[in-house]
Amino acid sequence: MFIDTLLIGISSGAIYSLMALALVLVWRSTRVVNFAQSGQAVFSTYIGYEITVRTHNYWISLPAAIICGALLGSLVDLLFMRPLLRRVKSGPIAELAPVIATLGLLGLLQSLLGLLWGNAFLQYASPLSAKGFTFGSHTVPFSPQNLFIVLASALVLVIFGLIFKYTNLGLALRAASFQPEIAQLAGVRVSRVRNIGWAFAGATGALAGAVITPTSTLSPNSLDLLFVSGFIAAVIGGLDSLVGAVVGGLVLGIGFSFILQYIGSSVTFLAGFLILMVVLLVRPRGIFGHKLGRHA
Amino acid sequence: MSAGLIVKNLSVNYGAVGAVHDLSFAIHPGELVALIGANGAGKSTLLRALSGLISPLRGEVNWNDVSLLGKKPEELVRLGIVHISEGKAVIPELTVSENLTLGGIWRGDKTDVAAARSETLEIFPALADRLHQRADTLSGGERQMLAIGRALISRPKLLLLDEPSLGLAPLMIEEIFKAISELRHRLGLTVLLVEQNAVSALRIADRGLILSLGSLVTSGTPTELNADPQLRVAYLGI
Repeated sequence: MFIDTLLIGISSGAIYSLMALALVLVWRSTRVVNFAQSGQAVFSTYIGYEITVRTHNYWISLPAAIICGALLGSLVDLLFMRPLLRRVKSGPIAELAPVIATLGLLGLLQSLLGLLWGNAFLQYASPLSAKGFTFGSHTVPFSPQNLFIVLASALVLVIFGLIFKYTNLGLALRAASFQPEIAQLAGVRVSRVRNIGWAFAGATGALAGAVITPTSTLSPNSLDLLFVSGFIAAVIGGLDSLVGAVVGGLVLGIGFSFILQYIGSSVTFLAGFLILMVVLLVRPRGIFGHKLGRHA
Repeated sequence: MSAGLIVKNLSVNYGAVGAVHDLSFAIHPGELVALIGANGAGKSTLLRALSGLISPLRGEVNWNDVSLLGKKPEELVRLGIVHISEGKAVIPELTVSENLTLGGIWRGDKTDVAAARSETLEIFPALADRLHQRADTLSGGERQMLAIGRALISRPKLLLLDEPSLGLAPLMIEEIFKAISELRHRLGLTVLLVEQNAVSALRIADRGLILSLGSLVTSGTPTELNADPQLRVAYLGI
């Protein structure tokens, strides 16, 4: 029973980690919490869904959704955030405007999806079984799709880890995130690098949407709860740290799973916010946050 | 054809306040010019405008007959104009090695980047011993060396140095200024050195400009400036 609960926790934690990672990537590049992230992810998932409807092949739809997510992330930055941030550079509105703007974009994307595909619950099918693996007479609540979710998330983390640590692009991304002005003076094209950060985030969110949706249903709001969990995970991890996002996601996923198993479903969601509040009270910079007051 | 850096009638605001007014001066190729002035004289604002971090209100800035205005800092670096900003312009969260790599990240000629890197480590051997330490573990002087080293890897032609002596111990100031002086001769650099520390700056400069409240007070060779008793009291602090 303990192992079962742990496995479910890891599987949902992996998804939270991906969503948290998407938020952290944007936060690091632009110092904006992108509330439209779930909208972008669900939009990309609809594209994936549409491709499976036409090709009946999940394995074509998955990379297509990821590419769509990357393009959408890049476009949101280019057409939306950049003009906005150019206009509101300072004052109290500079902190608030991006929040309101991304919330507005979320509404816009979800309404658009409703117009195009309707608000009905759709089935985005994966060829992998959603039935748990069976060992002897015991069936664990961990399916091939869950395994795929965990493996895909792990792969993404490894890829990002390698990019950030060993490539010039990764170095430029880190430099632009820590000290944009010095990075610029060193010759880093900061706006371009930021845009790549948005594209990476969009792709990660799209992957989360495209691997989790086959385990439930697809609707314009189907990833909203995932966003909330991803956000909590990102804050637990410090909002600034990629490793933190992953650890935050896993802590939350495993935590939820055990609470669901041993306490009850009515308190799981409440527990998420409780964990968030405790973290904010005890260690406001998150587990892996470096220091307070770092600014763009 | 007028080579070097030519600044004509430049006015720049700092926030909403005028910080530099109608400033004109020229720096010849290969020259080291010290720009001296107190806190708030507009020195940093001028450098920020020259390197594209802020846009001036009006005026002209030309480098070898190419207008620099309207270009972003990252484009100016590609033209050989490197600004080392005030307060040890390194990225503390990155390692020494990564900070150096950053200076050549945009350059296509990787062989020359590697060459520039080993030359830099020869010039500043203290950095070679600390390549894999984070930059925030360095002393103030080492950070300044790292900032200059990173700039060298970009193969600069014009260096804009903002108060390299800030917060350093006197011995370290001497060492940094000696390094700057050697480098400009060795690499044929053109240098605009902004300083409050007039004594040290004028010791290595070909010419000094004295800035007060955003306007040029006077200019001349270090000998001329040092000979003027009024200047010595009012601006040079000696």
